[in-house]
Amino acid sequence: MNYDVILAGVGGQGVLSVATAIALGAMKDGLEVRQSEVHGMAQRGGAVQAHLRLSDGPIYGDLVGRASAHLILAMEPLEGLRYLVYLRPDGVLVSAAEPMKNIGNYPEAEQVYSEIRRLPDYRLVEAAALARQAGAARATNMVMVGAASGFLPIRQASLLEAIEERFAGKGEDVVAVNRKAFALGREAVGNGRGKEDDKEKQA
Amino acid sequence: MPEMVLLGDEALAMGAIDAGITAAYAYPGTPSSEIMEFLQARAAESGALVAQWCSNEKTAYEAAVGVSLVGRRVLVSMKHVGLNVAADPFVNSALLDIQGGLVLAVADDPGMHSSQNEQDSRFYADFARIICLEPRHQQEVYAMTLEAFELSERFHIPVMLRLVTRIAHARSVVRTGARRAQNPLHKAAQKAGWMLLPSTGRVLWDRLLAQQGEFLAYTESCPHNPLEINESFTEFGVITTGLGWNYYMENLEELPQRPSHLHISAYPLPVEKIRRLAGKVRKIVVLEEGFYFLERALRGILPHDVAIAGKEDGAVPRTGELTPDNVRPAMGLPAKEAVALAAIGGGAPDRSPALTLPGRPPQLCAGCPHRDSYDALNLAVAGFEHKLVTSDIGCYTLGFLPPHEAIETCLCMGASVGMAKGAAQAGFHPVVAVIGDSTFLHSGVSPLVDAVAARASMTLLILDNSTTAMTGGQQTILSSSRLEQLVLGLGVEPEHVKLIVPLRKHTEENSRVIRQEMEYPGVSVIIALRDCIQTIKEKKKTREAET
Repeated sequence: MNYDVILAGVGGQGVLSVATAIALGAMKDGLEVRQSEVHGMAQRGGAVQAHLRLSDGPIYGDLVGRASAHLILAMEPLEGLRYLVYLRPDGVLVSAAEPMKNIGNYPEAEQVYSEIRRLPDYRLVEAAALARQAGAARATNMVMVGAASGFLPIRQASLLEAIEERFAGKGEDVVAVNRKAFALGREAVGNGRGKEDDKEKQA
Repeated sequence: MPEMVLLGDEALAMGAIDAGITAAYAYPGTPSSEIMEFLQARAAESGALVAQWCSNEKTAYEAAVGVSLVGRRVLVSMKHVGLNVAADPFVNSALLDIQGGLVLAVADDPGMHSSQNEQDSRFYADFARIICLEPRHQQEVYAMTLEAFELSERFHIPVMLRLVTRIAHARSVVRTGARRAQNPLHKAAQKAGWMLLPSTGRVLWDRLLAQQGEFLAYTESCPHNPLEINESFTEFGVITTGLGWNYYMENLEELPQRPSHLHISAYPLPVEKIRRLAGKVRKIVVLEEGFYFLERALRGILPHDVAIAGKEDGAVPRTGELTPDNVRPAMGLPAKEAVALAAIGGGAPDRSPALTLPGRPPQLCAGCPHRDSYDALNLAVAGFEHKLVTSDIGCYTLGFLPPHEAIETCLCMGASVGMAKGAAQAGFHPVVAVIGDSTFLHSGVSPLVDAVAARASMTLLILDNSTTAMTGGQQTILSSSRLEQLVLGLGVEPEHVKLIVPLRKHTEENSRVIRQEMEYPGVSVIIALRDCIQTIKEKKKTREAET
């Protein structure tokens, strides 16, 4: 089993936190993980991407190839569109719906959505609204982890454990907010597909 | 063995700790900064470990040589262009009789994610005639770091560890081993081994050249350069170096036959193994991350019987990083898109976008002091018919882009000052040089001394945000309060050293100060002092965590 993910967003949106949480969850399930990030100048409000590769066998490279990603997980819809060349023909784009308009020539949001709707498989998630509902706008990225969770080959319990570990140092309230954010994201997308085996794996 | 999830940079730092280093020195630079950050976070628990940022890569390297001289192990780390700055001590130290293991970790940036060029440090290792190791993944980074220290002490040379962005900034699980104790203090007994006078230098140079055979014997026999021959397939063979191996392996199962393959992770180049491979195939495909270091050696100048495919003939792109996709044509494989479509029986989903996606370049943060400095500068220069604004390397280099478009040059650390002096002496006026505080302390002080000595007619604008912001907010080597004293001490006239606070409400007033100093026919220095907003946020977080 190989599962390749492209994570996309804008510097400051917590793309690396999403990558770390998913990677940690995958390791709890005994998978091999490679996670490639971009640091430095690109982080200053520019487009940011991370490559995340999961496998139950060896992983050779740090980069996802073209037409190879099972999932593009975007913190922002325009950034989700930027990496479509990496998406497999049967892959899915899961994106937060709220645009991040820190550039002057950002297109009309409706234009961006209609591009996304042309894809065979996509999910648009009102992530910022759900994060506020969970208790903190800052938890938007964990809403997106929840939204992606149904597609990932990782047990839900492992992802939740990873989130708890990641936020444990910030107190119980922060952990609770992020757990709720995850749950709301997961609920918004439904169970994705193929994750009915959660129970089987646990059994 | 303990398991940790580590960046390549962190795996290197962990390897250095377990190798028993006494000290580590560095100057921040993407993609190498996390080596020192990791060491600093662990210094306390790692037994009296000195882990310090230095003014620049040259001072860092020289301090490292001092540690080695007294018998202890030391790591010095930097980005690729930092090695240009440290080249003088580095190349010369290859001649020294290295005592405590001296390992240079240098992180190249093919693709220029956060750099001004994509130079390949293997040329430096070759130039200095030392051993270079090039890991392929994080576990190997850890293991090779341990080995690099052993090699350094065995051959009495500095050893280079070459990383690239994709390994420095990628994470995976690393299994670590036991920690070796630090070396005892033991000053080198032979003085002549540390003295590069012409007479002693000639002896040491002869010794280094005589050692080349030993280095080669190591790279011919070590497990880092495995050669696999397939006698039944002669159409082509493959030589990979560094991450080229990863992308080759990624695609290998799609080839109908497994070609003969040599991988090289230890230099100098294992020439006998290369010749053995060449004797078995009609063509060699070269997949190397970086410049055409190996490929140029293979091609040489004189004719040869084996065809070579690589960067020089365009079989692999000449610039940028290798990827799992761009090595495929050289391997004779079709594009992945075609393979993916064939797998689902055709029927391409229409992904041709109706929308042209606007780029999203990096930009200065909202509330960044540089924004206000550039507003004031633009207002100040607006009144001049023509002007020159040189600049330097840091977050403020983004001032080249809209909306500010305030600066015109970026060459290397500190160049803004020297270039401004040269342009002024050539007769151009007005000239302003813009530099950050950390870059000024790295390489801007010496050219300012030159400018003062020459009484050049130029204005230096130091954007002092009290941090090395672009690489993640590392501590500047001198506190801001001492910058003014330093500038005065260099001989800039006190009435032409001005302090301004770059806030929006001061923009008009600040522009008047800048304009006034631009009109002065001598060296003037304006320090625009306000903390980086990212650093303020971090400091606040730290304070909250402590209370």
